[in-house]
Amino acid sequence: MAHSYTPGLKVLKSSIIDKNRRLPIKGEVRKKVGDSVSPDDIVAKTNLPGNVQIIKVASQLNIGPADILEALKVSEGEQIKKGQLLAQTGGLFGLFKSEIFSPIDGTIESISDVTGQIIMREAPIPVEIDAYTSGIVRDIIPEEGVIIETKAAFIQGIFGIGGEARGILEIIVQDRNDEITPEMLNSSQKGKVIVGGGFIGLEAFKKAISLNISGIVIGGFNYYDLKEILGYNLGVAITGSEDINTSLIVTEGYGHIKMSRGTFSLLKENENNFCSINGATQIRAGVIRPEIVIPVKEDSLKSVKESKIGKGIVIGSLVRVIRAPFFGLMGKVTELPSKLQKMESETLVRVAKINVDDQDIIIPRSNLEMVETD
Amino acid sequence: MKLNSILATDCGSTTTKAILIQRIDGEFRLTHRGEAPTTVEAPFEDVTRGVLNAVMEIEELASKKILNGNKILSPQKDNEGVDIFISTSSAGGGLQMMVAGVVKSMSGESAERAALGAGSIVMDVMASNDGRLGHEKIKRIRDLRPDMILLSGGIDGGTISHVVELAEVLSAANPQPRLGQSYKLPVIYAGNKKARNQIKKALGDKVDLDIVDNIRPVLEQENLEPSRDKIHDLFMEHVMQQAPGYKKLMTWTDAPIMPTPGAVGFLIEMIAEKENISVVGVDIGGATTDIFSVFQKKFNRTVSANLGMSYSICNVLAEAGLDNVLKWVPFDIDRQELTNRIGNKMIRPTTVPQSLEELFIEQAIAREALRLSFKQHKEFAVGLKGVQKKRTISDAFDQSSSGESLVNMMDLDLLVGSGGVLSHAPRREQSAKMLIDSFMPEGITQLAVDSIFMMPQLGVLANIDKKDISDEARNAALEVFHKDCLIRLGTCITPIGKVKDNSIVLKASIIFPNGEKVLKEIKKNELIRIEAKFEPLDAELTPHKSMDIGAGKGETIKTKIFGGVVGLIFDGRERPITLPSNKEKRLSLLKGWSDALNEYPKKS
Repeated sequence: MAHSYTPGLKVLKSSIIDKNRRLPIKGEVRKKVGDSVSPDDIVAKTNLPGNVQIIKVASQLNIGPADILEALKVSEGEQIKKGQLLAQTGGLFGLFKSEIFSPIDGTIESISDVTGQIIMREAPIPVEIDAYTSGIVRDIIPEEGVIIETKAAFIQGIFGIGGEARGILEIIVQDRNDEITPEMLNSSQKGKVIVGGGFIGLEAFKKAISLNISGIVIGGFNYYDLKEILGYNLGVAITGSEDINTSLIVTEGYGHIKMSRGTFSLLKENENNFCSINGATQIRAGVIRPEIVIPVKEDSLKSVKESKIGKGIVIGSLVRVIRAPFFGLMGKVTELPSKLQKMESETLVRVAKINVDDQDIIIPRSNLEMVETD
Repeated sequence: MKLNSILATDCGSTTTKAILIQRIDGEFRLTHRGEAPTTVEAPFEDVTRGVLNAVMEIEELASKKILNGNKILSPQKDNEGVDIFISTSSAGGGLQMMVAGVVKSMSGESAERAALGAGSIVMDVMASNDGRLGHEKIKRIRDLRPDMILLSGGIDGGTISHVVELAEVLSAANPQPRLGQSYKLPVIYAGNKKARNQIKKALGDKVDLDIVDNIRPVLEQENLEPSRDKIHDLFMEHVMQQAPGYKKLMTWTDAPIMPTPGAVGFLIEMIAEKENISVVGVDIGGATTDIFSVFQKKFNRTVSANLGMSYSICNVLAEAGLDNVLKWVPFDIDRQELTNRIGNKMIRPTTVPQSLEELFIEQAIAREALRLSFKQHKEFAVGLKGVQKKRTISDAFDQSSSGESLVNMMDLDLLVGSGGVLSHAPRREQSAKMLIDSFMPEGITQLAVDSIFMMPQLGVLANIDKKDISDEARNAALEVFHKDCLIRLGTCITPIGKVKDNSIVLKASIIFPNGEKVLKEIKKNELIRIEAKFEPLDAELTPHKSMDIGAGKGETIKTKIFGGVVGLIFDGRERPITLPSNKEKRLSLLKGWSDALNEYPKKS
């Protein structure tokens, strides 16, 4: 039988994590294998080609496209300054000359006597990539970036918004079901990553943004409220480039959902530790989940290399139900019947019997998620 | 060579599906199917792994040896191996293209039609008159990173400056291909012949340029074939070469790998032509919804790239609006709760509805995804724009103009649905009702679903051009399409027109092959189902004097109609179907329609 892989969200106490830090286009790598890095270190940099300006010389000077070569005062490849004369007509008896001046500093990239336009390019735009987390450079991707290895606690969320952020981890709730309310947030939390329980409402999240809190880690959030934050309806779960001060990492899903025990207790264990988070999510083929990386200091902790290929659900697996009507329940798989079973919806599916608080329930296997712990 | 067994795979972005077709008692039948997760992404990064896994499942089910280690045994010998192996692919996001034309509604639209027809997703249509400034276009090209660009514009011998200007913009953007940095982006030029030299000069050696015949040589003619063929060639030569494992897969197949929607389109076009009918086919997936149609012998395909049942389910919600989704939900649910449940499906796309309520919500969303996708299709499937028409005096009274939609629901003969929510609905009545509610067929329309979505594999099978097997392969594809692929749901019969409430909109007399005669009167806003098998039935249909069933207002039609697993569905609802805003009235109406079709189980 084909082996099917059921990925779950990772909640790892101490693991060797590889972080790929790559430029969007080729450039210069500034570290070498074995270098130790801290989150703000620049590991690679490059220049993106500058913006382009197109000037329709022929139509602006009211001449034919083929005549622009005569009118141009610049040539291909030439550096130009803002305000520099680019083209000029002879005028009438030397009078009434039409002129075009450069709107930018840059280079003349091309001149066309077919279309009568010239294309100018502005100065390159520098791009730098930092290390994101502390660790050791394990490998170099020539001209593109580095792979940083770090020993860390690693937690994946289900969905997030906002890009990379970092700060000290602070837990502000007693229980993993508690809601973060606006009054629980204050200016002392600026630059920190705040952990809540089962829910944060719109008002509280807006306050977190206004307080410049680095990130919020929470069990649930209302889908409805995303529009208020983003300014648009989120149609597909591809995020990370949102321009917000506070990254949001939702660990369970939409609605008020108790944060899983494993996630909450691991975060609690790491309270006051420095962490790097990333809200970027891509739920498509090539899935990217939001993450919390907390570098581990103690050498005594046994670390295992993060597994790339997970195993499927087997009897004894710890699983979480990820769809109504049992959303959020966690239990151990006690039986994996091979026969298809009919659900209330009459959908015929492969099921798993799971034991939750001494009660057996039947759940479609596709509605279960492995809880990957170490 | 005589074909006895055919193995075909479709490598989708999440699942690789394999089917085995075998000759049994002189006819080709689908005998087994298997599936496995697609392995294009890390950690496997080799598509053949998923293909082998899916084939292994077939081996197990069929008790037939097909593989020898990691190789497909071919041809078949002593019941081992298969005669041919073919494949389609949409893995890794499928074929993503950007097209450009001088006038958006003319060459731009023709280029889009060619790209869509070849099975690609069109990321953007760039045109001289699209309102964007040069630098905005350049930024867009750079951001998109398509797999391929199709550049067109100008009729042969016309002015060249506009299309050359587009090439200059392209050159300035210096576009990079999506997969791999080691090869140049393929660009196809299918515009004004006279501009070819200037296009070569403008694009220089920045891209890999191919030149084909003009897509619009004269205003009145669209010439899509050369561009479509070139897209298929380049898809194989460049794009597939970069995708993980495809180089290997290409050496296994007996025919070029086709993009999945391209193969489906080919099959639908062939069926419509062979049977001389108008067809609409829909494939509603997790991320996208594809619609194919053939009306007036013209094929059209559209991809609604962000309307789907899982990855883009929230986009359906955003585009349709919460009220439009909520109106189909047949129970009372809080608006916030509904959006959270839909949001949770987006972030956990592989989950299935366990409870009835969850199924209601999914099927409500499906109706809106299908409705919106079909709306986009109708807007795109139009006659050529910009064409001067000769008009007679009688035409002067006809308000039609160039660019009119080809989709005429009254002319539609067959509506085929596929994709999880339609093919795997727990009851076929649900599939039929979703199709009717969203496509709103008019007159007499047969309904069907693709049982396991094997249209892609059958499409590539029908398209094999190896001389010695092409005819047989095509026959095999048709045989399997009719016998195993299509599940005939029945026929929807809908008179069109406006009448007062409670009026009788249609009187129907149906004579079954055993001589049994059934008479029915259908009232406005009523749904009636008659159980009938897929066999020819004699029908006499008389609409209300203000209504039309296909022959004109009040005109009776005597014809043969076919039942199916659902039967005959008489739909007295007005077009478009509207629901009252009052919650109680809406729920009661929904329940009535649902009960008429035995759509859902009664909740205990």
